[in-house]
Amino acid sequence: MRAPTRSTGEAAVGLPRWAFVPAAVGGLFVLLPLVAMATRVDWSSYWGLITSESARAALLLSLQTSAASTVACLVLGVPMALVLARCRFPGIDLLRSLVMVPLVLPPVVGGIALLYTFGRRGLLGETLEVAGLQVAFSTTAVVLAQTFVALPFLVTSLEGALRTAGARYEMVAASLGARPTTVLRRVTLPLVWPGLLSGAVLSFARALGEFGATITFAGSLQGVTRTLPLEIYLQRETDPDAAVALSLLLVVVAVLVIAATRRERGPL
Amino acid sequence: MTLTFAATLPARGFDVELDVAEGRTLALLGPNGAGKSTTLGLVAGTLRPHDGHVTLDGRTLVRADGGRTRTWVPPHDRHVALLAQEPLLFPHLSVRQNVAFGPRSQGARRRTADAAADRRLEQVGLAHLADRAPSTLSGGQAQRVAVARALAAEPRLLLLDEPMAALDVDVTPELRQTLRHLLEGQTAVITTHDVLDALLLADEVAVVEDGRVVERGPTAQVLSRPRSTFAATIAGLNLLAGTWTGDGVLTTTGEVVRGRTPPDGIATGTPTTAVFRPAAVAVYLDEQHGSPRNAFRATVRSLEPRGDLVRVRTDRLAADLTPQSAAELSLVPGAQVWLSVKAAEVDVYPA
Repeated sequence: MRAPTRSTGEAAVGLPRWAFVPAAVGGLFVLLPLVAMATRVDWSSYWGLITSESARAALLLSLQTSAASTVACLVLGVPMALVLARCRFPGIDLLRSLVMVPLVLPPVVGGIALLYTFGRRGLLGETLEVAGLQVAFSTTAVVLAQTFVALPFLVTSLEGALRTAGARYEMVAASLGARPTTVLRRVTLPLVWPGLLSGAVLSFARALGEFGATITFAGSLQGVTRTLPLEIYLQRETDPDAAVALSLLLVVVAVLVIAATRRERGPL
Repeated sequence: MTLTFAATLPARGFDVELDVAEGRTLALLGPNGAGKSTTLGLVAGTLRPHDGHVTLDGRTLVRADGGRTRTWVPPHDRHVALLAQEPLLFPHLSVRQNVAFGPRSQGARRRTADAAADRRLEQVGLAHLADRAPSTLSGGQAQRVAVARALAAEPRLLLLDEPMAALDVDVTPELRQTLRHLLEGQTAVITTHDVLDALLLADEVAVVEDGRVVERGPTAQVLSRPRSTFAATIAGLNLLAGTWTGDGVLTTTGEVVRGRTPPDGIATGTPTTAVFRPAAVAVYLDEQHGSPRNAFRATVRSLEPRGDLVRVRTDRLAADLTPQSAAELSLVPGAQVWLSVKAAEVDVYPA
């Protein structure tokens, strides 16, 4: 008896045996740095480091802004995904590629682009200033930066789910007399719920880790724009122990978020 | 006329004119790709015609000329319900919620909609499954729920796109009988390439070939005297007329034919017809004793090739045999044979 498996029933047919080796190396490549970091944590002072005033302010700001930008991603991204998945008009392929730009753009470049849009001398900045709104270097700027980089995650994930679900259920619902908004609420969104949830989680995680666009566009003011990644970066210069402790905190928060939604969704 | 339809789609070589009167059922017969589904799509609002119009109860649903749409009623506002090959029950809703979807979407209160759903489920004989999830139903049950759901929306017109095509052969007779009962008085268009569907469900038949209606008329007439090639290939069902005795059809020649009856039963003495396919008929040289089959004595008139089979025509019924069995039986015109058909293969319905 060779290679006994713990789970019975399905067999991995057509999976070459050699694939396990690079797969295991890949897994280690992800895990090992986290372990290495954990070994550097000074556990005796850990609690003190992560509950310092600046750390608590940064964590709170990170959670608040990430939640806000996830909501913004949902409000903007769900309709975007619907249009991309369901409509056919000239130029839609180009549009689909453009939506992906923030995904491949270095975040710093995104931050500069946002600065020239919403900054004081930016494209919309002057108009906003007349209206009494100053966006750059405020908490709003943090949310904008995070939304900018996180939006493609939600759109791509949801668009894929919408394409997989297909439009046939929607056609049936319409033929039963349901208006488009009713179809969206009672049929489309429930059907793509797993895709929507994973898209929202990915967006939240991406927003939580956002650094480059934030520091460029929002700066680093404690309690206003200094999120946890920025705090970690600053602490690394002066207090490496604190930086490691906060990094571990960020890992724990990210893992908790993903684990919570995984359990709700069940196996993929 | 309740439905009038005239539409062209030059890109698909489609040019069809049809009408269906109030409460009648029209069957669109034809090979795959003939334009049956295109017709339904144009009525339901998933396709726009290049030229033409669709009118339902005097209301124009779509009108187009030269590729420009002049009038367009969106699908949800057409009162046209669509039943597809697959049931497409919403997986996240219970059976009752699925059936109540139409009334709810049209503004009914939950309690009213649920009551309507339960009534419709009762009609398809599945009231006991109301709280189940669609994933727990069999294919036949799911399709009957889909029928209940379509009817609960109280459509002015019901479109059925090959509703039996995706089902197991042994559950189709039951669904066919259910539909026969429910389509009474309902204006409907059904596409099929099964002649039994046309015969049992439709008042009229239109044969569609290459995007054109090639033949049109009352079902019995088209099937008994087919003029198009397609109608000729699919027709040729065995029909035995008689009266219902309570457990069988007493034919004019004195035999009793047993078969599947409608769920609501037939009153004794009603003129009744028994229908079955030639492929369901077995041929023997001697009488078969002690079997629950229907048996008929007959004289062979002719044998003709029919695809991989041989069609044996007798003085009253037809049978399709493999060439091997025809040869083993040494069938020749004039031979005396016994024809036998299982009761489960016979559909019995009031004439």
